[in-house]
Amino acid sequence: MSPILEVDNLSTWFDTEQGSLKAVDEVSFQLHAGDTLGIVGESGCGKTVLSLSIMRLVPTPPGRYVSGQIKMNGLDLLSLSESEMRKVRGKSISMIYQEPMTSLNPVFRIGAQISETIRLHQGCNRTESHHKAIEMLRLVGIEVPEKRINDYPHQLSGGMRQRVMIAMALACHPRLMLADEPTTALDVTIQAQILALINDLKRDMGTSVILITHDLGVIAENAQQVAIMYAGKFVEYSDVKNLFAHPLHPYTEGLLHSIPRIERYYSRDKRLPIIPGVVPDLSRLPQGCRFQERCSDVMPICRDEEPALIEQRNPKRYVRCWKYQ
Amino acid sequence: MSKEIPNDTCGAGNINKMNTPLLSVHELHKSFPLQGGYFASSQDKCLAVQDVSLSLYEGETLGIVGESGCGKTTLARMIAHIEKPTAGEIRYRGQNIFNYDKKQLKSYRRKAQFIFQDPYASLNPRLTAGEIIAEPFTIHRRDLPQDIDSNLENILKMVGLSRDQEQRYPHEFSGGQRQRIGIARAIALRPEIIIADEPVSALDVSVQAQILNLMKDLQDEFNLTYVFVSHDMGVIRFISDRIAVMYRGRIVEIASNQEIFENPRHPYTRTLLDAVPRLD
Repeated sequence: MSPILEVDNLSTWFDTEQGSLKAVDEVSFQLHAGDTLGIVGESGCGKTVLSLSIMRLVPTPPGRYVSGQIKMNGLDLLSLSESEMRKVRGKSISMIYQEPMTSLNPVFRIGAQISETIRLHQGCNRTESHHKAIEMLRLVGIEVPEKRINDYPHQLSGGMRQRVMIAMALACHPRLMLADEPTTALDVTIQAQILALINDLKRDMGTSVILITHDLGVIAENAQQVAIMYAGKFVEYSDVKNLFAHPLHPYTEGLLHSIPRIERYYSRDKRLPIIPGVVPDLSRLPQGCRFQERCSDVMPICRDEEPALIEQRNPKRYVRCWKYQ
Repeated sequence: MSKEIPNDTCGAGNINKMNTPLLSVHELHKSFPLQGGYFASSQDKCLAVQDVSLSLYEGETLGIVGESGCGKTTLARMIAHIEKPTAGEIRYRGQNIFNYDKKQLKSYRRKAQFIFQDPYASLNPRLTAGEIIAEPFTIHRRDLPQDIDSNLENILKMVGLSRDQEQRYPHEFSGGQRQRIGIARAIALRPEIIIADEPVSALDVSVQAQILNLMKDLQDEFNLTYVFVSHDMGVIRFISDRIAVMYRGRIVEIASNQEIFENPRHPYTRTLLDAVPRLD
């Protein structure tokens, strides 16, 4: 089976006065139909720029697609014209953003915003698109959608707004959905509902999902594949089970250890194992490995040369670290 | 809910279990008038905190957990005397803090310090880190005990910042470093109680762990009492000795850390725990 999305050696840089900022650097992955790829990283690691790159929404300039290909069912998105790309957005790829308040238009009723997408891509009239919008709202679990469709975004709670965003994203049955921190602004009980909803819809419609989050728990429960991103690069890429059972990269390991677990009791004198330091400035990256300053296993070679993303066998996974080269 | 919840003192562990709490909250209520439409009745109120009673013992960390809108921040702000209750009282060392005169209130403000959620918004952008940390000393210079260390270098060191960072402005720091400045400002006057409202929720996972460890270290060093508000069950699990679970303005369960996580009684506590995604 060929993958529905193939990202090959993608680099998205930003030209700034301080030089080129390598927000996404040499990123490659494949996504198969119906799978969820989780992308994890801390703020500034480039995970949002990666998703905006796939949607071709990076402002150019200052952004620049330096290299690589993004192939959606064999079609290279980076070679499309803007008007061709507009037919892809919302139809075969759609996106759910982190902040449901700022990503909905406050002056339009939610029904108008959902049916706009439907009219645009499916070429149906207002009555048809209105009915389809009601159906979408019903699908995402909004009660009395005939009435709710006339609400403005501010009349809805955060969870409801995120449901509207999902309804909009799924209105045209996209092959791929990009969800950038879809539940970060929500309470845990609402988060659980929204993630369950995404999973149900994914199963029913066969949509593939790229789930971007800083929450490893969300990834563990919802993704099949996971990529750990650090300073613009994938440092580890694996199936979920093996990543959590045996993290290879020191960053992944450190990240997993630094999260307080609810199933563990911490006595008064217990401290969390930490990753010292902070994420490096993307415009002033060190020579060699980008994680060297914070790594407990740093070797001389790490300071000279950047490791490649190397394939590991049994099980098959990838890691960018000199320990495994 | 009568005067005191029976299991309120349980699980205090190795911390001070003397029967007199450092601070106690009695049947606290807070409602905000709703600014509805033109014809809205002035009777419409949002009941943010309803009938909350709890005790805070010296040296412990009381975690307050709940979802957005449950009243946890309002409760914390009332404990810090930032917000006044509609009814009920908060007693600190036996005296109602809302009956304080000006001088007593100033003294309470020194003893009960607040750490805010957003390290970007809570620091004055026009002051350097050094000035932010030194400001409390200027305000309280007349009534400070002699033995307080006002040496900036020592205070910066305690929170893991270096001397040369003193001259920098808030925007030059990362989120974690800014929260360190907020913590330095809060501990500078050697308070007894620190009320921290979501102090790590704006931080990245790796930085969050650093700040949580720092808060535990400082608690050990200065015998601080923490009121720690968070929506994150993992963070609450790590830092708290006792935990109050809030739902719609009320405390639905208050018990020791282990009781809450290993033997939750209230259905809402269980719902909350079940909703947390697990790593393994």
